[in-house]
Amino acid sequence: MQNFNDILETIQMIQEENLDIRTITMGISLLDCCDGDIDRSCSRVYDKICRQAEKLVPAGEAIEKKYGIPIINKRISVTPVAMVLAASGGNPVKYALALEKAARSCGVNFIGGYSALVQKGFAAGDEALIRSIPEALTVTDRLCASVNIGSTRAGINMDAVRLIGEVVRRSAELTADRSCIGASKLVVFCNAVEDNPFMAGAFHGPGEPDCALNVGVSGPGVVRAALKKLPPDADLTQVADLIKRTAFKITRMGQLVGAEASERLGIPFGIVDLSLAPTPAVGDSVAHILEEMGLSCCGAHGTTAALALLNDAVKKGGVMASSHVGGLSGAFIPVSEDAGMIDAAAKGCLTIEKLEAMTAVCSVGLDMIVIPGDTPAEVISAIIADEAAIGMVNAKTTAVRVIPAIGREIGEELDFGGLLGHAPVIPVNLASPAGFIHRGGRIPAPLQSLKN
Amino acid sequence: MRAVISVIGKDMVGILAKVSVRCAECNANVADVTQTVLQDMFAMVMIAEIGSLNCGFGEFADSLAALGRELGLEIRVMHEDIFNSMHRI
Repeated sequence: MQNFNDILETIQMIQEENLDIRTITMGISLLDCCDGDIDRSCSRVYDKICRQAEKLVPAGEAIEKKYGIPIINKRISVTPVAMVLAASGGNPVKYALALEKAARSCGVNFIGGYSALVQKGFAAGDEALIRSIPEALTVTDRLCASVNIGSTRAGINMDAVRLIGEVVRRSAELTADRSCIGASKLVVFCNAVEDNPFMAGAFHGPGEPDCALNVGVSGPGVVRAALKKLPPDADLTQVADLIKRTAFKITRMGQLVGAEASERLGIPFGIVDLSLAPTPAVGDSVAHILEEMGLSCCGAHGTTAALALLNDAVKKGGVMASSHVGGLSGAFIPVSEDAGMIDAAAKGCLTIEKLEAMTAVCSVGLDMIVIPGDTPAEVISAIIADEAAIGMVNAKTTAVRVIPAIGREIGEELDFGGLLGHAPVIPVNLASPAGFIHRGGRIPAPLQSLKN
Repeated sequence: MRAVISVIGKDMVGILAKVSVRCAECNANVADVTQTVLQDMFAMVMIAEIGSLNCGFGEFADSLAALGRELGLEIRVMHEDIFNSMHRI
């Protein structure tokens, strides 16, 4: 017999604490779609995606019904398009349109993989693809782009960093009439992972199987609700233990859903990404978890330490609950997607400098941060270079997704709607890093010993 | 195969009977029932065998959810595996 209280606890987590499966993402390899002719290549890409993913949305909906757990997003990630472009040449935007059409046919809300991996240099197709990103993100709604510009083993490709600063700005400019949404669908990584199910940075890495299903769980609301029940004088060991227990339960749900979805779809189960992914909904905030630990406002001194505890406990709790953990796994800190972070940024308590420090211990990086519209491309490149350096030296994934709010100033707001949320424009340091950025070249890979 | 049917809402006469009748109509055999009434709030958990349902699981769940709406109650049907996976190792 099931325990009455266990049953009520699960129902309460789903109904009142926003527990959900954030995404089931089908990764599809496009390597066998390459063709010397770009039109033929695009049509193969479209056909393969539709063939593999036609049942993704119905399967997801059936599982939601069976277990009574919402699966918020059904998505697709594909092989970095730069690799397919290398064989075909031609205008990369044709691939963007083919992917958009495939996403619409399959009924998924995002498709990721308009990507290039250039941590050491540009191969055929890479530079053309990166330069086409602003246009690709303007003519599509569901396409997401990402570029990996550095890694612990390769160092940082500063030529790519310089170029990407301009690409981020241009993506915002071309979509200035739509809240600069282009830039919100572009992620710049250091140490990108190949099996990430979360957008906008998802792509299906070249080392992945032909097709795999990856699951991203969520549940900041559940963690916060659990912490709320702790006495205020409970010590941090107790806090960490409670987070671990809660993360375990959340991840088990992801494992169950992933295993069932992969069986229904007849494709291998990849990984569970055990992330705490906030949404702008009340009660679904990572910042509020940190505040529940005793900080008066997210961004106060102590935030980095609290986040380090949270990130580590989530991983420790989740790792035993799933047969394969992967992706980004940890606590996300996307400003516009987190009610607590939005408030903290609006109050001036959470600054971009503090966010940068937090990225040294969180799961990814500077995420969904709205910066002034007149921020020069070199400053954006420098923000990316700083963030990549943190990832490179600490052997972790870091990323930058900043949105220059074209035509807006500090204090004004940008509203993307839906899960992307809204955020105030926050100040950045505008002292020019142009000389450094224009040098180009590569920052060499760091030493892996003498760690101090 | 078993499903967990949870019923939460304001107490009234005949909740158990009405839910049981709907289960019987779908050929779900009620195996166990636990209920509690706190002041005027009613919470019931029912375990039902669903191996020989005469309709699809989705239809069964929708039919009970519709009954809940008629009675002003929250009725959810969830496959028991979700509770097993969350609370048992």
